[in-house]
Parts: sequence; C-alpha cells; structure tokens
Amino acid sequence: MTAKLELRDVGKAFDRKVVLQNIDLGVGEHEVVCLIGSSGSGKSTLLKCVNLLIPIEEGAIFLDGAEITGFRANPNQVRQRMGIVFQAFNLFPHMKVLDNITLGPRKVHGLSKEEAEERAMVLLDRFGLVDKVDDYPDRLSGGQQQRVAVIRALASEPELMLFDEITSALDPELVAEVLNVIRGLKNEGMTMLIATHEMGFARDVADRVCFLDDGLILEHGPPKEIFTNPQQPRTREFLQRIVEAGRL
Amino acid sequence: MTAPANTGRGPGLFSPGPRTRIREEGARGALIAFVSTLIFLALALWLILTAEAWPDVQRQFFSGSHFRAAWPDVVGGFWLDVRMFIVAEVLILIIALAVAMVRALRGPAFFPLRVLAVIYIDIVRGVPTILLILLLGFGIPSLQLSGVPTSELFWGIAALVISYSAYTAEVYRAGIESVHESQRMSARSLGLTQVKALRYVIVPQAIRNVIPALLNGFVSLQKDVALVFVLGIREGVREAEIYTARTFNFTSYVVAAVLFLLVSVPLARFTDWYTDRDRRRKQAMSA
Repeated sequence: MTAKLELRDVGKAFDRKVVLQNIDLGVGEHEVVCLIGSSGSGKSTLLKCVNLLIPIEEGAIFLDGAEITGFRANPNQVRQRMGIVFQAFNLFPHMKVLDNITLGPRKVHGLSKEEAEERAMVLLDRFGLVDKVDDYPDRLSGGQQQRVAVIRALASEPELMLFDEITSALDPELVAEVLNVIRGLKNEGMTMLIATHEMGFARDVADRVCFLDDGLILEHGPPKEIFTNPQQPRTREFLQRIVEAGRL
Repeated sequence: MTAPANTGRGPGLFSPGPRTRIREEGARGALIAFVSTLIFLALALWLILTAEAWPDVQRQFFSGSHFRAAWPDVVGGFWLDVRMFIVAEVLILIIALAVAMVRALRGPAFFPLRVLAVIYIDIVRGVPTILLILLLGFGIPSLQLSGVPTSELFWGIAALVISYSAYTAEVYRAGIESVHESQRMSARSLGLTQVKALRYVIVPQAIRNVIPALLNGFVSLQKDVALVFVLGIREGVREAEIYTARTFNFTSYVVAAVLFLLVSVPLARFTDWYTDRDRRRKQAMSA
C-alpha cells in the first residue's frame, strides 16, 4: 500500500546550515503523525517543504505515490490538495472572516460566490463561529482566529492537513478549543501531519510520533513507545525537560 | 509702529497648531502660540511694507488691476492643468501598480519581465522630467509617423505619465515589501498563483500602507503638469507668461501661483490629515 504522503531522503539547508537531512517519513491514509522536538529541530521547515513553500535540496516528496517535488509537478495544483495552518494564524487582515474562508474555493477551485459561502457557513457552524462571519480578524481572539485559519484550510477540501505548532502563539486557556478541532478532524479520518509542543495532545491524537533533533528523525513509533520507553538518549533528555516544565 | 502686543482680538486667520497639541498644552499654551504668531506676523508685515523697494515690488507683482486683467486667461489655462493632472494621475496609478506587480513576481520564468521593469524605472528616474517632456513632446511629432498622435498635449501628458509611473511604481513596491512574508506564504498555501496572491492578498494591504506616499505624489504632480508649458501648450503658466511678455508686469505669475496653491494646499492638508488618522488608527489597533 502506498502512503498518502511520503518523504524520501529529504534534505534542506539554509545557506550552509543544515536544517533537514535524510528525512524518511510516510503518512498513511487517515493516519495522524505528530512531529515533536525542540524549537529549531526542523519541524516547521519540514511542513513548509511538504507544502512546497520551501524548496528542498535533496530527496523527493510523494503524494499518492506521485512525486510533487519534481520538475514537472505544479506547486499550485499540489497545494490545492493539502491545507496548512501556521503558528501565527496568518489570516488576511483586510478581509472579513467569510472572505478569508471563501478566497481559496472561489479563486482557486472556481466555486461561485454562493457555493463558496454556503460551504463556509457549514464549516463555521460546525466550529461554532457563525456569529463571527462578518468580523475582521483583529476583532477575534487568538483561539477564534486560529479556528478560522483551520476552516480556511478545510474550505478547499484538502486530502491532507499540515499543522505547524498552531497552539504555540495562543494563551493557555485558548489552546483546548483549537486542539479539540483537530481531535474532531481525526474522528472524521483526516490525514494529518502535526508539528506540536503539546505532548499530552500528541500522545492522545497521534497514531505515530516522530522525534526530530537537529534536522534528523532520531526516533519514531507509536506514542506509547516514544513517550514511555524512548530508545535514544536525546529523546529521553527532551522528554525529561518537558516533564520538568510540567507539560506532560 | 503697530501695536504687536494687542491681544484683545479673537483668534485670527492663522490659528496655531493642530487641535490635539493645543489641548495637551492647555489654554495657556494656546494663548502663547496666538500672541507669538501675532507678533511675528506684525513684524514681518512691518518689515516688508516699510522697505524702500516695496512700492516697486507691489506694482510689479501685486498690482490689483493687472491681477484682474490676467485672471480670465490664466484661469482658463489653469483649468487645462487641472484636467491634465486628473487624466495623468489616473493613468499613473494604474501603470505604476502594474510595473510594481511585475517587479514583485518571483521565479525564473518572470526574469525578463522583472529586468524590463527595473530598466524602465532606472532610466526614467535618471532623466529629468522636463527632458522627457521635450524629447517626447517635440521629438515624436517631428517623426510624423502615420497612426501616431502628433499633438504636443498628448505627448506632454504621456511624458508626465511615463516619468511619474516610475516613481510611483517604487512607492507601490515599498508597500508590497511592507506586507509580511507570511501573508504571501498563506496565500500561496491555498493554491493561489503568484499573480492572484498579489492581487487579492498582498496589493490591497500594500496600497493601504502607501496611501500617504501616493497622496504626496498627487501634490507633486499637480504642480509638475505645468512643465508642459515648454511645449507651447497654453496652460496656466504659459498664459501667465504670455501676459507678462505683453505687459512687462509679473502679477500674472502670482495669479498662476495663487491658483496652484488653491489646489495643492488643501491636497497637502488632506494628506497630513489622512496620515495622522492612519497613524492613530494603527496605534489604537496595536494597543
């Protein structure tokens, strides 16, 4: 069975600094994979490489078995099939919530205004944000903005979702509402690749956890194994620090 | 000597400073500003009016009868300035935006377009506007090419548009670069093409950021349209010159100056007001 998403021997360097090397990673259909590791370990870069926002220098990335990093792949078409949500929300500040959500469906997927708005309203309703439809993003709380960002990505009906530390910029009391959205998506069978610092959440939601350290995948496996019986000293160190910080 | 210390009158025509500043400093500050302005004005007027050469200056520059006599022709010419300004400004805003967007495109496929945009901007910005007006306004009609307009007015406006579009494109570009990279990234992540990302996400935000700078350009162009007088076009300055050549009196130039001020000063005040409001709004938003 081919994986939904597959990274083969992916490497990336900024100037001379290596940020990713020898990354081999597969995400199966309906699978949820969490990337953990300290800041600067390459989690965020990896996600942006998958979305082709950052070009890779070595290796190849495949979606449904077809290479998306090759010369012939069209990045715009690849991006239409996956959604990404960023740490800093990155909503479009000059557009109302509704327009933020309908932009992709209308201008990329060719939906009419009515169709796109109908789809947006269904999603807004599901995530309890219908009353914010005519607000500008700066009127919303961080948690609400991030949920709108998730809806914006979902509105294009992606086959795969990428989450880049989407709760790191939130006040602690707003984290749960965003994580619950992802839990909901898991129950629907969404394929997801999630970079996160929320270890409790990763343990809950992940089918598999990858520990990244200095651009390398040091260890991966079911969350139970990684969190209770890590094999690598670096993983143990990392988890120890998380426990000391009271985050696990 | 006039009595400069007389403060018994109400506030005059030149009320001091913006309102906010007065409120901060209180009534005492307002009084001081008012009195000092009055003293300054009185002194300046006294110096000018008692100067030995004043009667000559007044006759040559500020003659009431010449003012009235020159007015109709200069106003007629100035109306052409206003129309040229409006036509040119609309074209400039559109062309400059297109040039700036071309410069903002990334990727090797757009390399030739980017190079063209840079060459255009560099060359045009490096040549004095007046030279461009002479070159196009006299040069192209002299070629007598078929199908190409031979009107000096057409080529004069074209030269202004070409010149100002280069500067304005740089204003837009500064605006485009002021929009955070993450906005471009999230637009592209939705699958939008570069051009669509610019059009729907980047440029609307960029324009908001540079409206004060664009308005500054308006003020500048509003005066520079008069440069086409070198082509013999009978706009305001040209009419004033004709009057002066006939009468050896310079009041007609003052008429033209007054007319330009009537448009440019409100425009400048509006620009300041808008910039101020914009800044306050941004501060309120980040607070």
